[in-house]
Amino acid sequence: MDIKFLTDIGFLIGSVGFVWGLKLLSSPDSARRGNAIASVGMAVAIISILFAPLDKGDNNYLWVIAGLAIGGVVGYLMAMKVKMTAMPQMVSIFNGLGGACAVLIGMVELRHFYTGATSMTGGQIAISLSALLIGGIAFTGSMLAWFKLEEWLKDNALVLPRHSIFNLVLLAVILAVGVYVYIQDVEAGIGLAAVFMLLSLAYGVSFVVPIGGADMPVVISLLNSFSGLSAASAGLIYGNNFMLVGGILVGASGTILTILMCNAMNRSLMNVLIGGFGGGGTGPAKKGADGLVAKEVSLNDAAIQLYYSSSVVIVPGYGLAVAQAQKVCKEIDDLLESNGVEVKYAIHPVAGRMPGHMNVLLAEADVPYPKLLDLEDANNALKNTDIAVIVGANDVVNPAALDDPGSPIYGMPVLRVWDAKNVIVLKRSMRSGYAGIENPLFFHERTRMLFGDAKDSLSKLVSEIKSL
Amino acid sequence: MDGFIQFFEEYQLLIYLLVFTVILGFEVISKVPTVLHTPLMSGANAISGVVVIGGILLVRQAESGDYFSLGLGLFGIIMGMVNATGGFAVTDRMLEMFKKKKKK
Repeated sequence: MDIKFLTDIGFLIGSVGFVWGLKLLSSPDSARRGNAIASVGMAVAIISILFAPLDKGDNNYLWVIAGLAIGGVVGYLMAMKVKMTAMPQMVSIFNGLGGACAVLIGMVELRHFYTGATSMTGGQIAISLSALLIGGIAFTGSMLAWFKLEEWLKDNALVLPRHSIFNLVLLAVILAVGVYVYIQDVEAGIGLAAVFMLLSLAYGVSFVVPIGGADMPVVISLLNSFSGLSAASAGLIYGNNFMLVGGILVGASGTILTILMCNAMNRSLMNVLIGGFGGGGTGPAKKGADGLVAKEVSLNDAAIQLYYSSSVVIVPGYGLAVAQAQKVCKEIDDLLESNGVEVKYAIHPVAGRMPGHMNVLLAEADVPYPKLLDLEDANNALKNTDIAVIVGANDVVNPAALDDPGSPIYGMPVLRVWDAKNVIVLKRSMRSGYAGIENPLFFHERTRMLFGDAKDSLSKLVSEIKSL
Repeated sequence: MDGFIQFFEEYQLLIYLLVFTVILGFEVISKVPTVLHTPLMSGANAISGVVVIGGILLVRQAESGDYFSLGLGLFGIIMGMVNATGGFAVTDRMLEMFKKKKKK
């Protein structure tokens, strides 16, 4: 048998591994096996490409092996060291690297073309340009998202006036340059292609700049999809089916998650990209719009209520992730369980900083996943719950989404925590949430407020409960 | 338009593959529970490390004196490989946490 046949079979195996692996990844029991199968698929494909016969070039195996070794070791170490709270940053970095790799490939192949070393059809030029564009956006966009997640950069630090119009103009310019490069064919030269690349990189930054805060899950999903599509474009440059399949699958999964996240916030993708609700939260007093006053609860009372209830649902939000309070949360859970209290967690799809982030954080703190309820199950469970404890969540528990058509979040699916007999809200202050809107929940007759930093309040609750 | 038609004819099989993979991707992934969103994303992320294949092709096809291609290609391989290895490893780490808890 000749080697080309074997390596082609290798790519086929790799593609099947990806599809099968992703299929298994969609169920908790088989997910780990799915991931393993996908990684074997990747390994088979890498071995295949090492041996695949080529009709030109000097192989340069030393360079290839060096790259694989360095990348493999660095990737593995990063994966072992990263904290679960930093997962969104990690995924952003990886998204960016994939995009950057596609940009490099596109650039090198275009250079070969312009220097006359290879020929390209019009279609291949267009594909290379799309690898530059999509890969470029994935690269710089992800780097910026990473900076924002690390809080090295304020969410709206670089926003220009009329930023969305600026973005549209920039995109139009990029497309115009692209069309020009395409029409000029080999005459365009590497210089113009480089300009196209630089503009794409700039667009990536400009595109992510206005998005931040609670919208991060949408951006990360979208960039994930872009990094897949850029890999698919790079695959098209080489006519490599395997790369095409892998890239498209990632593109599809990123797109699905993007749509899920947008639905969970009842907003269109356009709306998220343009920058959402506008003003941040500046809620002043402890007074509601209609003159109601939020009622506070003391630590001691809260502890007693929790300890002697029969069922508690904890609603963790963005604030819990920021305060990194998931472990303390689990401590309370254990204390309450030891007194026979049934403790569950209600998780809104956009809680945390990337899709499903909250689940991972709680899993890391040893919370078993059957205790994590999704939106629908949680709303059913809340009807028979004694106490709902809200930790650092706000907009996802806002009743206005259901009954106030004038509210900006009207129609967004929320957790109906007010169905529980009592609600305790742990909150730093009365400031409104990301959307900058009043939350009538805080003035609800069943609601009591416990002010303070989430982690701090939870720790104090732990010691109060222990002293009971 | 002529260019487009020529492109379509030339790459028909690839275009078929593209369209069907899109459909397959949506079918396979559309019913993922919330619990698994992050592992799915990081797993998919690892798969987007397939660009490493392109990087390897690029370097192998280069001439041994073409340091521009070799250098950038090396960079590409490193980045693609970090993406792939890191992605799979971190996904495994996460899923292990889910698994362990279940036995309790």
